[in-house]
Amino acid sequence: MRILDIGKPGHVRTPTYVRHKTGTIERFCGLFENPEDKAYGRWGLPPIPLYRVQFRQDDIWPDYDGAPGDVLEIEIYDHWLAPAGEDS
Amino acid sequence: MNGDEHNHDHDHDDHAPTREDDDLELTEGEARFLALKSLLIEQGVMTADEIRARMEFNERGSPHQAARMIARAWVDPAYKERMLSDTKAAAAELGIEATEAALVTIENTPKRHNMVVCTLCSCYPRSLLGEPPAFYVSKAYRSRAVREPRKVLREFGVDIPDAVDIAVHDSNADLRYVIMPMRPAGTEGLSEDDLAALITRDSVVGCALPVEPA
Repeated sequence: MRILDIGKPGHVRTPTYVRHKTGTIERFCGLFENPEDKAYGRWGLPPIPLYRVQFRQDDIWPDYDGAPGDVLEIEIYDHWLAPAGEDS
Repeated sequence: MNGDEHNHDHDHDDHAPTREDDDLELTEGEARFLALKSLLIEQGVMTADEIRARMEFNERGSPHQAARMIARAWVDPAYKERMLSDTKAAAAELGIEATEAALVTIENTPKRHNMVVCTLCSCYPRSLLGEPPAFYVSKAYRSRAVREPRKVLREFGVDIPDAVDIAVHDSNADLRYVIMPMRPAGTEGLSEDDLAALITRDSVVGCALPVEPA
């Protein structure tokens, strides 16, 4: 999967360091009230899908200093995800 | 007491404050909190004691909760499976009320070491570990743990060989993470309570290994 940079301002939950990066879905975490709406006094409904996405550290940081098997996992809401290869 | 009578046998530096006073001036957030709190009390929505009690409730967690669970998992394989598949239910089994939306336990293995960071703020399994330590909320840890985890771990005194992969878990959204360290060698005869004493806060965050038995 590709992490989008949807240009959404404010208290969002997808940090910049994974935007435009490609990873794989590790697990579906369930449906959660959208915290990016709840941060602004809204209800965050309907609940939205949340996934654990796993990245190879080498794919996030070009100069990563570690073992080739090192990974990073992060929670990404559905609206930040696109199939690998697409970036918008 | 006047200055002349003020002579006793200790140096005043002995009880110098251990941290700088940080409440001499209100931040904008603190001022807003106090204004909202006094309005809620004035309007009879809630009492000062209810607000205090809720803050006390929020801060009742301690690393001993997670340590009890992990020690049980070390001695009881069936409990370990339940903890890995449903951490909240496993907490409830031991009488621990977890208020987090979702808790996940991740097991260290001989092939993979896990560590947790919240790069966005300070998300942390407070029900099972209490309030996060200062390092966990520092910008240095939050930015470096994802970027150079091996170097950060070495600074904590943990040297993970390259043959062991490191998985960093960014606790950026709705899940909260508990790392289950590997049971140290030489602990076969220990009781569950003695095992729990080996499991420190930082070992559950993945920044340390359990204490070696004496």
